[in-house]
Amino acid sequence: MADLAVHDPLAGAGTWRRTRARLGVHLALGAFALYYLVPFAVVVLNSFRSLDDIGRHGLLAIPTSFSVAHWATTWNTLCVSGGCAGIAPFFWNSLEMAIPATLISTAFGAVNGYVLSKWRFPGSEALFLLITLGVFMPGQMVLLPWAITLGHLGLSNSIAGLVLIHCVQGLSFTTLFCRNYYINIPDELIRAARIDGAGFWRIFRRIVLPLSPPILIVTVIWQFTGIWNEFLFGVTFSSGTHQPITAALIGLSAAGTSVHQYNVESAAVLIGAAPPLLIYLLGGRYFVRGLTQGAVK
Amino acid sequence: MQYAPSPPSARPRRSLARFLPQAVLAPSLAATFLYVVVFALWSVWIALSNSTLLPDYSYAGFIHFAELWRNHRWTIAYTNLFLFGTLYVIGATLLGLLLAILIDQRVRAEALWRTIFLYPLAISFVVTGTVWRWIFNPTSGVQQLVRDLGWAGFTFDWIVRRDLAIYTVVITGIWQASGFAMALFLAGLRAVDPDLVKAAQIDGARMSRIYLRIILPSIRPIFIAVMVILLQFAIKTFDLVLALTSGGPGISTTVPAIYVYDLMFQRGQLGEGAAAAIMVLLALLLVLVPYGVWIGWQRRRERAHG
Repeated sequence: MADLAVHDPLAGAGTWRRTRARLGVHLALGAFALYYLVPFAVVVLNSFRSLDDIGRHGLLAIPTSFSVAHWATTWNTLCVSGGCAGIAPFFWNSLEMAIPATLISTAFGAVNGYVLSKWRFPGSEALFLLITLGVFMPGQMVLLPWAITLGHLGLSNSIAGLVLIHCVQGLSFTTLFCRNYYINIPDELIRAARIDGAGFWRIFRRIVLPLSPPILIVTVIWQFTGIWNEFLFGVTFSSGTHQPITAALIGLSAAGTSVHQYNVESAAVLIGAAPPLLIYLLGGRYFVRGLTQGAVK
Repeated sequence: MQYAPSPPSARPRRSLARFLPQAVLAPSLAATFLYVVVFALWSVWIALSNSTLLPDYSYAGFIHFAELWRNHRWTIAYTNLFLFGTLYVIGATLLGLLLAILIDQRVRAEALWRTIFLYPLAISFVVTGTVWRWIFNPTSGVQQLVRDLGWAGFTFDWIVRRDLAIYTVVITGIWQASGFAMALFLAGLRAVDPDLVKAAQIDGARMSRIYLRIILPSIRPIFIAVMVILLQFAIKTFDLVLALTSGGPGISTTVPAIYVYDLMFQRGQLGEGAAAAIMVLLALLLVLVPYGVWIGWQRRRERAHG
């Protein structure tokens, strides 16, 4: 990294001016941080408040009540999307969908990336281009074909159907990521291994995979977050108790006429946001790396 | 190129092994081909067919496109996309840039600020939209808060106003995406050649001038990347609006992606829905094709200049 002192915009300024400017920068950042944090604080605080308290003082108020009971209600008995078994079944649906789809699409992406970077053949660049086109395809374009295909396969309104969709759609993304990472592994390494008699899978296992953790972590984080948060396919291809959590949560905001149980709904919203948020907080470095790589390349 | 022909004496097993890479790639290729080419053409066919409530593959020409463009709701939807897209892209880009510049001033606890500004990107549009709906709600959110603080006449009811509701979508969209712009800009700012900045400082240039004249021009490719990606988000916007306003009040915040869904699955107009989906794809291509051409041109130029 560059010598940071050189980049100091306030180098040479007087000490007082310098302190004042630094204070200004931090105050500005703090003000913006409010804009970003208020919505989060609102749901966290309201998930512990009583309905009476919320009704009297509004959602944006200092809590005058505290209870963890709403969390149990949300998890076990909240009525949403045609059932009253709480948010739990939808949470499990989302996990059941996101975990296999993430693992399968990442595994295929790694092998595809390996072929497209280290075992290139005439036409492989064109095939790579075709695969990456899938990244940009808007979901609306494939809704009807998927609906008809899932119907024929007997996978309508099932988690398996959503797993299939996310695997196929995710392939483009994982292949793109892995290929762009593996291209930086020196070809000499591969060539030397081939001279030593190592074959396709052996080279993958012994050389490429051990170098892969950084890109695999990025890919898994991005796939999981994307699939967990996905809504269009979830709401189109599942209904009732088969829905992933994002599709079920829309019921909360759409219930415009009934009286809102804001505390229970806040907890539901937090549960819906928790897994990707946790991953972001734990693996933020990889999250950002995936972001910048995916965008700039 | 990596492949090498096996010696002629190779056993059949070995010559088969030569095609292992292709064989490994085949299932993914088949799936992607199906997804990208077959499904897209299938949708085009549906758009050109007589399909209404059920698929009917007899050719109908462009009647569904004509219907679509005559439709008042569609006019509202794409007008909203233009308005939302413009404000959202500009807003998120500028805010992201500002945050990146602030963070680049050797602030304390840099990682903490970055984490705060970027976390909305990890959260689904449905969650984001739901929470902001509550905040904008006049009887429970900001309006109520300010009135409770003593300003009884305060009004902030954009979300229930036909003419203003679209701006609540803009505010929420910027909240969600500006951290993304910040992360990209920050990466760009960190990659600027420090010698350039040093030279300008020695010449006594003010920092604001250095940013405007030296640093920002040198990260122009990042500006373009950020704006293209944000535009792509804007065109695909669906769940955010659905959770925030359900396209209302009335149909005042409908966007094309919602309209597609509505035609296909609420109104049983498969043909017109597919036609609308194709318009969404065209809008994306309008953004992505010039960008792809520009990137290709840049790469070639870089290669030519070493």
